Amino acid sequence: MSEQTTRIDVRKTYKLYVGGAFPRSESARSYEVHGADGGFLANASLASRKDARDAVVAARKAFGGWSTRTAYNRGQVVYRIAEVLEGRRAQFEAELRQAQGVDAAQAAASVDAAVDRLVWYAGWADKLAQVVGNANPVAGPYFNVSVPEPTGVVAAIAPTDPLLGLVSVVAPLIVTGNACVVVASEEHPLPAITLGEVMATSDLPGGVVNVLTGRRAELGPPLASHLDVDGLDLAGVSDPALATELEVLAAENLKRVRRPAPAERPEDLLAEPPLERMTTFVETKTVWHPRGL
Amino acid sequence: MLAAMAARPTLDLPDPGDVTTLDAAASDTPPAPPAPPEQLAPSRSDAELRAWLHGLPGVDQVGAERRAAMLGTRSIKTTAKAYALDLAISMVDLTTLEGQDTPGKVRALAAKAQRPDPTDRSCPRTAAVCVYGDLVGVAREAVGDSGVQVAAVATAFPSGRASLEVKLADTRDAVAAGADEIDMVIDRGAFLTGRYGLVHEQIMAVKDACRRPDGTSAHLKVILETGELATLDAVRRASVLAIDAGADFIKTSTGKVQPAATLPVTLVMLQAVRDHRERTGVMVGVKPAGGIRTSKDALKHLVMVHEVAGPDWLDPAWFRFGASTLLNDLLMQRMRLRTGRYTGSDDVTLD
Repeated sequence: MSEQTTRIDVRKTYKLYVGGAFPRSESARSYEVHGADGGFLANASLASRKDARDAVVAARKAFGGWSTRTAYNRGQVVYRIAEVLEGRRAQFEAELRQAQGVDAAQAAASVDAAVDRLVWYAGWADKLAQVVGNANPVAGPYFNVSVPEPTGVVAAIAPTDPLLGLVSVVAPLIVTGNACVVVASEEHPLPAITLGEVMATSDLPGGVVNVLTGRRAELGPPLASHLDVDGLDLAGVSDPALATELEVLAAENLKRVRRPAPAERPEDLLAEPPLERMTTFVETKTVWHPRGL
Repeated sequence: MLAAMAARPTLDLPDPGDVTTLDAAASDTPPAPPAPPEQLAPSRSDAELRAWLHGLPGVDQVGAERRAAMLGTRSIKTTAKAYALDLAISMVDLTTLEGQDTPGKVRALAAKAQRPDPTDRSCPRTAAVCVYGDLVGVAREAVGDSGVQVAAVATAFPSGRASLEVKLADTRDAVAAGADEIDMVIDRGAFLTGRYGLVHEQIMAVKDACRRPDGTSAHLKVILETGELATLDAVRRASVLAIDAGADFIKTSTGKVQPAATLPVTLVMLQAVRDHRERTGVMVGVKPAGGIRTSKDALKHLVMVHEVAGPDWLDPAWFRFGASTLLNDLLMQRMRLRTGRYTGSDDVTLD
């Protein structure tokens, strides 16, 4: 063909990921997302407190089925997320380069780290109980066994790092059997929604992970005060005043809260994560069982 | 279609309000609902009823759906929402109609009906508890003189497939055991095959069976089971038929058939009771049941009651919700308004 035809851009609409579907914000609001060079990238949904409420309902609904799956099966599903993410790495590298202005090698290293992190956590699925659980010696003819159980619905504020930050908070939550509502990086929300697409096609039941994009300061309080949320991960809250406010709100129904790292010692996402990421959001269940005589 | 509608006999009646809006899409000269052949007739023949019911103006389905959708977009906030939530709670017929019902479950339900939110004394009680006939005695004893009514489903609920004697015995049993309200089902098989006279007769017979020895009478709610009636035209005919036969309430569904209560169906039934009052001055209640699970659904229904039937129906005596899970959502919304915090299923009872 000699003459040039110009093809119209097919642009992706970045929506929320709630209950396994991709709805727009209930408020119909959006905000502009700019790349590292200041250029316009896309409009992201600006989620409202009602989206947060809907996401908690979806997570609560999904929790029962997800938490009762075998740990082995949860590990398989998390490993599957890693596989699908690996298959779409080119897309993530391009998005990271646009969002953060990193070069090709840095973007590739970031995706590598995210995939490796998922694989690392997938392996923990059926091993955590062996490490933090115990067969307790007791003064009677009983078996006494302590096992970690998921706490329920956990709300998380993801760190600024768009992909590795999100994976680092979500993977430990779901691998232990929790369902979560995660507020994606406010500055770089787009890779989070693309990761939602990955999770939607990875045998992860809808509602186990719900991704909201929007303002931390707007979405944090309704999630922190929500009585149907059992845990709160503040990894991405850099404002100490907001972190304190959220922790106070979370005290009402005794949520398990994971505080953000102090500003002078920021968390190194590339280092091997501490087990505490998983153990903060599990509860120890102890059962007594008569020993056969 | 137009010619057929124009050819219908019309009576000189006052402007029927919403019917005008609805039917305007189909006809420029809206046909007014024809009056029944004769007032207070003891019983009516199939032919007489067919001529009357099939002469009713047709329902514009697209228009009804659009109007229901439009009324559903009203925004109800702050004090209006608080009022509407309390009103909705006071309209709930707290229902348990399972094969696994036990006296214990009915007692728990009755306790919840009397004090839906034990942490808040300002929370209104529900209108009634609705149970199977054999559990009426238990429910009666449990609600006592709290003002919560006891409603019983009768007449071979939910299918209605039994002989008239069985249906009447079922009704008398429930009334004798202390039921304040009887929820009967119509014979949909007879209705759909055009044996309107039979349906009419059965409703009148059951109404008669609702009488107590002291001369008072249990309230009769007639379940049309709109999910099985297929069209809105049939819903309008069944509503008019049930009202004419003496129903105190018309109720959408048993809750055992999908779809149950939908907004357009309730709209048509509200029009029927409104038209009936315009014609005769007698008010009849409406009870959507089944499928209303969220506060939002309930508020949409209340908006429609206000806009279609009028504010007189915004009263537990004239409008009810047949529901089980709806109450929990209403309570959660109420707590949210009071405390500013969202609540979850841990804060309400499982039932």
